Amino acid sequence: MSDTAHPIEHHRDDEGTRLGFWLFLYTELFLFAALFLVYAVYRSAHLEDFKLAAENLNTTIGTINTIILLTSSLTMVLSLDALKKGSVKLAKTLLLVTFALGMAFLVIKGFEWSAKFDHHLFLQTAKGIAAGEGSPLFTPGEEMLPVGQVLFFGLYFIMTGTHALHIIIGATWMLIVFFWMSKGSINQDNHGVLERCGLYWHLVDVIWIFLFPLYYLIA
Amino acid sequence: MESSPSQSYLNSHTSPKWTSGFMSWFMSTDHKRIGIMYAVAMFSFFFIAVCLGFVMKLQKMYPASSGWEIIPPELYGSFFTLHAIIMIFLFIVPGAPAVLGNFILPLQIGAKDVAFPRVNLLSFWLYLFGAVMAVVGILLGGADTGWTFTPPYSINTKTISIFGVAFDSISWMLTAAFILGWGTILTGINFIVTVHRMRAKGMGYFKMPLFTWSIYATSWLQVLATPVVGITLLMIVIERIMPVGFFDPSKGGDPILFQHLFWIYSHPAVYIMILPSMGLVSEIIPTNSQKPIFGYKSIAIASCSIAGVGYLLWAHHMFTTGMSDFAAILFSFLTFFVAIPTAIKVFNWTATLYKGSISLTPAMLFALAFIFNFSIGGLTGMFLGSLSTDIHLHDTDFVVAHFHYTMFGGAAFGLIGGVFHYFPKMFGKMYSMLWAKIGFGFMFIGFNALYFPMLLLGYYGMPRRYHTYPDMPIFNKLQMASTLGSWILVTGVILVLAVWIHALLKGKKTTEVNPWNSSTLEWQTATPPTLFNFEEDVEITRDPYDYEAFRGEVKAGTAAGANNV
Repeated sequence: MSDTAHPIEHHRDDEGTRLGFWLFLYTELFLFAALFLVYAVYRSAHLEDFKLAAENLNTTIGTINTIILLTSSLTMVLSLDALKKGSVKLAKTLLLVTFALGMAFLVIKGFEWSAKFDHHLFLQTAKGIAAGEGSPLFTPGEEMLPVGQVLFFGLYFIMTGTHALHIIIGATWMLIVFFWMSKGSINQDNHGVLERCGLYWHLVDVIWIFLFPLYYLIA
Repeated sequence: MESSPSQSYLNSHTSPKWTSGFMSWFMSTDHKRIGIMYAVAMFSFFFIAVCLGFVMKLQKMYPASSGWEIIPPELYGSFFTLHAIIMIFLFIVPGAPAVLGNFILPLQIGAKDVAFPRVNLLSFWLYLFGAVMAVVGILLGGADTGWTFTPPYSINTKTISIFGVAFDSISWMLTAAFILGWGTILTGINFIVTVHRMRAKGMGYFKMPLFTWSIYATSWLQVLATPVVGITLLMIVIERIMPVGFFDPSKGGDPILFQHLFWIYSHPAVYIMILPSMGLVSEIIPTNSQKPIFGYKSIAIASCSIAGVGYLLWAHHMFTTGMSDFAAILFSFLTFFVAIPTAIKVFNWTATLYKGSISLTPAMLFALAFIFNFSIGGLTGMFLGSLSTDIHLHDTDFVVAHFHYTMFGGAAFGLIGGVFHYFPKMFGKMYSMLWAKIGFGFMFIGFNALYFPMLLLGYYGMPRRYHTYPDMPIFNKLQMASTLGSWILVTGVILVLAVWIHALLKGKKTTEVNPWNSSTLEWQTATPPTLFNFEEDVEITRDPYDYEAFRGEVKAGTAAGANNV
């Protein structure tokens, strides 16, 4: 009996891949849905505290970030459109712009987070508390924020953190797509990967559109 | 009809780089090889968890007041947690879809592979990675939270430190469960797209075999439910590391909210476990009765409605948490409602047997045992679904026995029956019919001897998860019966596994294409199947269980049938 090898011929089924990817996006949405559910439950339980805590967030910065992310979705669509029409160079430029906007979002988010850290509105690890590295939020014995505000900041860091993680994944994917476009394996006839990368990016965008008002605009 | 064995998937490869030994399996994107790799891993874990269960039953042979102690109480807490984590996350949730869904589904619909073969391999790797993580967590620290990880206990319980380093084995295992979840989701997406896009020419939705239908319904549940539990388990991890009180009442959190989020996945999960086995029974019974399945469409629709309604009744796990009466009544009603499509299936299977020409192959015996055990499991579920009796039975051995009647006596028996059914097709080897039947006998008798007393124990008030019980005649007798049953059951499990291993190593080679004379498409490929399953493109012209037409085809020589029929 001789061993034989048959490399799989890649039959392309764009329709099927699109279906699979939409299902994947759906699962991502449900992952966030659980977090939004937790948010809804605690906000209805601590309405006043959520309002007070939200005053600590900077609406201007939030708005700038929203504009950045929405613009990046636009450049993403334009990039895909350019590729479909055959102008690879334009598509690549627009993809890079999208990537840069995503990075800008992250940098601003980073400043925002570190400002929170400076005001001690951050998640202190249980170990840190035991070691006495307290923050006004959680140091036992000192005056603590009401639990509703603690929950608000807990949810704020976890939800924007998960969102930022998705931005990083999306941006990394863009770099890979950019590389493949330079190599020519993603082109006018085979633009599925860029399309899916774009869909993913829009999902990240859509989630932010819900995060923004729920955290920044309720004060 | 015989086929040539020289070009089977067992000696052809999807990648020219890996053509021999371990890597030819580990790197293979062939759905058949992936199915078998799952089988090897899963049944190994299954056996480990059976051993844990065996020790727990031994512990309960005599009450502690008689001086009997096999394992101390803390270890008992660890044992039932590990037993459940292994059985649920590593064995029965991937279960039949991972093993037979992978192997049989593309064959049944006449496809060359699943829609995304490489994603399929990724799913397996995720499964393996998560499983190794879970086992490492078990070895290094263990957990005593029960598989439900219910807070606030799961947030506050301490884990041991090893080599002077605090090792948080609970967070570790929660992360493992999260990774396993992504493996399941990707498998689900893969199967949905496969069923939508890759059916053979002429195979409309209502010409698909019923196993395919059940996997299809299961896949939707996997995609819809798993992400929620994934993020919920991660929230427990976050809460263990940082002082955010999502679910800890002392920090403003709501532990009931966790239970809702947990059961939103974990109740559909029991349908993820049982539906594929129902599909297997729907294949085994018509084949071994040699007649069309009764009510094909109603079984297919029942699979989907079980999946749909099963998604909406999670809170019947929480009747004793003090949720609102209105919600309790609603969830109780939905629980009764889901019994309807389930019962439709049971009636259809028994009606299929009527006037059939029945052959009692090992697979058929397991399928019949499935109906018997699952009926008890389903009906005891109704006791738990009614609000008043649940107050009495909640958190007793009754719940444990009910769960095992559905999941072990149902899902696992169905899966084992399915493996017996498809064994010759998978490996081109035949097992010992006699020893398989003996193994079945031990398993069936042992199973009922083990779990039926537990139904009564629960009724008499024996709480679950306790490592001992008061020295009372009624408890002593039933516990003793249950322990003796566990010995018979374990003998049966060992026999069944031994029959498989023996068949693999020394079994009689067979190339017979259709040994059980089945009318569905998967039995028309070579034994074992070739790499791309079908030499030519397939076209479907008749219903999958049309035995009359099938016999005509066999006579005309256009389809393969059994030699001895």
